[in-house]
Amino acid sequence: MALDAKIPQGEMDKKWNDYKGHVKLVNPANKRKIEVIVVGTGLAGASAAASLGEMGYKVKAFCFQDSPRRAHSIAAQGGINAAKNYQNDGDSVFRLFYDTVKGGDYRAREANVHRLAEVSTSIIDQCVAQGVPFAREYGGLLSNRSFGGTQVQRTFYAAGQTGQQLLLGAYSALERQVALGNVKMYARHEMLDIVKIEDKARGIIARDLISGKTERHFGHAVLLCTGGYGNVFYLSTNAMGSNVTAAWKAHKKGAFFGNPCFTQIHPTCIPVSGDHQSKLTLMSESLRNDGRIWVPKQKGDNRNPKDIPENERDYYLERRYPAFGNLVPRDVASRAAKERCDEGYGVGTTKMAVYLDYKDAIMRYGKIEAGKHGLNNADDKTIFDLGKKVVEEKYGNLFEMYAKITGENPYEIPMRIYPAVHYTMGGLWVDYELQTTVSGLYALGEANFSDHGANRLGASALMQGLADGYFVIPYTLGNYLADEIRTNSISTDHPAFLEAEKEVNNRLNLLLNINGKQTVESFHKRLGKIMWDKCGMARSESGLKEAIDQIQQLKKEFWSDVKIPGAIDEFNTELDKAGRVADFIELGELMCKDALNRNESCGGHFREESQTEEGEAKRDDDNYSYVAAWENKGDSNWELHKEALSFEIVKPSQRSYK
Amino acid sequence: MEHYHMNLTLKVWRQKNAKMKGNLETYKVKDISSEMSFLEMFDVLNEQLIIEGKEPIAFDHDCREGICGMCSMYINGQAHGPWQNNTTCQLHMRAFKDGDTIVVEPWRSSAFPVLKDLVVDRSSFDRIIQAGGYISVNTGNAVDANAMPIDKKDADNAFMAAACIGCGACVATCKNGSAMLFVGAKVSQLSLLPQGEPERESRVLNMVAQMDKEGFGNCTNTYACEAECPKGISIANIARLNSEFLIAGLSNEEN
Amino acid sequence: MTFKHFFTSSIGKKFSMAFTGLFLILFLIVHAGINSCIFLNDHGITFNKVARFMSHNWIMRFMEIGLFAGLILHAVQGLLLWKQNNKARPVAYQYNQPSKNSSWYSRSMGILGTLLLLFIILHLSHFYVGTKIALYSGDTTHNLFKEMDDVFKNLWIIVLYLCGVIALFWHLYHGFQSAFQTFGIHHKKYTPLIKMLGTGYAIIICLLFALMPIAMYLNWIQ
Repeated sequence: MALDAKIPQGEMDKKWNDYKGHVKLVNPANKRKIEVIVVGTGLAGASAAASLGEMGYKVKAFCFQDSPRRAHSIAAQGGINAAKNYQNDGDSVFRLFYDTVKGGDYRAREANVHRLAEVSTSIIDQCVAQGVPFAREYGGLLSNRSFGGTQVQRTFYAAGQTGQQLLLGAYSALERQVALGNVKMYARHEMLDIVKIEDKARGIIARDLISGKTERHFGHAVLLCTGGYGNVFYLSTNAMGSNVTAAWKAHKKGAFFGNPCFTQIHPTCIPVSGDHQSKLTLMSESLRNDGRIWVPKQKGDNRNPKDIPENERDYYLERRYPAFGNLVPRDVASRAAKERCDEGYGVGTTKMAVYLDYKDAIMRYGKIEAGKHGLNNADDKTIFDLGKKVVEEKYGNLFEMYAKITGENPYEIPMRIYPAVHYTMGGLWVDYELQTTVSGLYALGEANFSDHGANRLGASALMQGLADGYFVIPYTLGNYLADEIRTNSISTDHPAFLEAEKEVNNRLNLLLNINGKQTVESFHKRLGKIMWDKCGMARSESGLKEAIDQIQQLKKEFWSDVKIPGAIDEFNTELDKAGRVADFIELGELMCKDALNRNESCGGHFREESQTEEGEAKRDDDNYSYVAAWENKGDSNWELHKEALSFEIVKPSQRSYK
Repeated sequence: MEHYHMNLTLKVWRQKNAKMKGNLETYKVKDISSEMSFLEMFDVLNEQLIIEGKEPIAFDHDCREGICGMCSMYINGQAHGPWQNNTTCQLHMRAFKDGDTIVVEPWRSSAFPVLKDLVVDRSSFDRIIQAGGYISVNTGNAVDANAMPIDKKDADNAFMAAACIGCGACVATCKNGSAMLFVGAKVSQLSLLPQGEPERESRVLNMVAQMDKEGFGNCTNTYACEAECPKGISIANIARLNSEFLIAGLSNEEN
Repeated sequence: MTFKHFFTSSIGKKFSMAFTGLFLILFLIVHAGINSCIFLNDHGITFNKVARFMSHNWIMRFMEIGLFAGLILHAVQGLLLWKQNNKARPVAYQYNQPSKNSSWYSRSMGILGTLLLLFIILHLSHFYVGTKIALYSGDTTHNLFKEMDDVFKNLWIIVLYLCGVIALFWHLYHGFQSAFQTFGIHHKKYTPLIKMLGTGYAIIICLLFALMPIAMYLNWIQ
């Protein structure tokens, strides 16, 4: 099957407008007869469900949490990009587009990225209209901050809780549609399969997590807005419940998986403290705006960081990348931290951490404040206190979080940070219309692969989720549904529904009846370790091959020795988790396979075989300038399809942040 | 920071489902690190229970970084445990010492029925939002974001109210099981912003009506909600809710 | 929203509690002021004059109806709220530490109020009933001061009155500022002032009321 990305013809900056001008429409009377299923209620899902509901479609929305407001978009801290150029610093749609393609290391589809940059400005307008309380200046206008990988200030934010505020905005729009009867909400429901009739997605099988009963739901189209799969690494900044199951079931039913190995490792997370660790906590990238990252110049230096004099500190990012300094893109910053720690310069008890120091920033802000107050001869203590107040206002909640987790005061002692899995650029392959390779099945937000290439820039995930949900799918879905107006609702007693439901129940029974000795959690931990060690920040041919073997072994062991207590028809969190881990194991194998296939380094994907003399990632555009879209062909069997990437505007060059 | 290990006795509420009665069960956990989070300690206990062939304890949790609002344990007589401005998932074991006994119960409120063990149904909060916790603006209708400057003070206050994570600790803590802090926070956020002005009156009236319908108790100004709120939402928001309701209720012309 | 809807809503009920509460707070100023006439130590001559004015003046008698209406509304509404609030938590916590997040008196307005209600019944039977009998029987020589002197000869009564005053103190201490919060007045500058005013008010009123039976019992006043 040939992949058709359906990119509209014409000049890059006209494609989307042209598309919108010519796309097929569904008239209001017909919309009322069309049902759409939205799985997941994060930024992409909630915004899509709300927008489609407003348009008049009959929407059913599903989430596994107890309320749509808890989707993991809520945890995004730093901000959301938009090419508003409110700061008059030379930003434009083109620059946002350019930065995103470059930041993604030339592995994203240009047309999608350009559209993203175009609609970015509408997102901010929409959110402000909904009452999202973005940070403002004293004049009452919106405030911006800068983020990694860019040289302009285009990031809108609400303290360190931007994701929360944006999600609550989308959630309130969604709840409004629920109240109006346009959306029916199914909370504590998990999608366990896609139902296909005549090669089109026509519904889902969902399980009510309270009663344990499976349900059949029909939809003329199905939208998967189910987020990323970072939890395949067990430890990640994702929520405990974040999983790949919905996307994986779609994959098994014919949706290709795009670039599964593209994982973002975020440079500023709180380091692992021990074996008990269940998840990792991110410290917003915005901290790199003001904080300075360093390690001691001397290996194994165990002194208190405060006692290490300035000339014995290695500010390695500033040293290696003078142009961008501490604001290099995430993949670069993460690898640089790993390099220092691997070389033995790491700090903290585990030696797998570097310092993020706010001392200079506090003093710098303090001096500005002292100047404002006319305190010309202020002593260091006064300056520190004044500066601390400024830092507190900007990053207070992050510092507080750090203190709670580590028990240390980050205003006094530099924070310890280390990279952690944060985001997955890979996902279901979609065309320009966000449709997967299964007709009528769409993927939005982090669940698709489309916009970030091999590395996502900070503050772009929120942008993409909302762009897809508010401003892309309302147009592109109509193009498909316009041809579906003659399709009446299909009864969920249709054999395809019954068959899918039976399969789901069989699998649940199978899992429950293994009755082995090892817990689900222990399998997940082992999978995570394999993935982190061999398919994490650095990957090699031999390592990946080993990993594939180990994962296949693990899979066998899982299906013969997992222990799940309780029954099916009840609230059973272990059973829920078991299904997810089983899918993660299969995904892990595909990720390694994809990483093995891509014998180049690009963005977050670093193949040890492909690096420059200075240890920077080296792309291989001649051989790998394509999207790897994998088709599932049965157990541990995939076929690779390639979507060639052509760059009309942003000509690929070796990324340099020096 | 000094780390240490501890042995603990846990008394945890077990309840098979919404219909059956529950009771406290006693468990022992050993060698718990002071660096663990409270929920990681529960993970250890659950792993232990599964290995012993018993059913693990059901509890709500998701992000484990204090923002999703899903975790909801009443620990030693306090919502989210002994730390201030903190969620259960952010509570760390260094809050306890070797030999401690810890009692863990679900939120208790008639508007939050227990579903299983420590898991409660908080959909009443969603229904309150459905009654008016939004600004009615369809996608695509917005004017430029900077077309309407907003006093930074108002924007900041709106943000502080909007920081509510909807966990329900206020209800769990309030001796009357009142949801005024939750409702007050949302009403405040939207009434402080000019965008919220057109629906100001109907919003507060409808949200309060829904709150009453859900069976939450009445506020008696003990301010316990503010003290236990993990996000430090101020009772100033309840005062604002009161005055919004007073003005809307008395000026409303519907009969 | 109809008036019925308004006043039967949870916040509407709060308003009626706060409104009647503030009204009773004002009444207590008058009550304490008049009774303080005994401290003139003129054998109750001034006190009896004022008391007679209060019980015979038509305007005062009309306002008295309002006072009782307010008191009854406050008490009945309070008791109903208490019952309703208990219903909002059908299963109690096995282990609870409310002292970690709120003051005992703010949580005990129901109990304090009930104690006060019992005290008020006692108090009315002591002084109000006699005044009314005198009023309707046309007895122009009714000496309320003497009645006080008689009642406050009994140590038990003194103890009961002091208990009533203590309950009143905590009820006012919380209730005063609480009423303002209910009316939506919460301000960085004014709320601390209101709290100070409330504390001062509760102390002064309760001290005065406590002093009356004590002073009479110890014959400081004759």
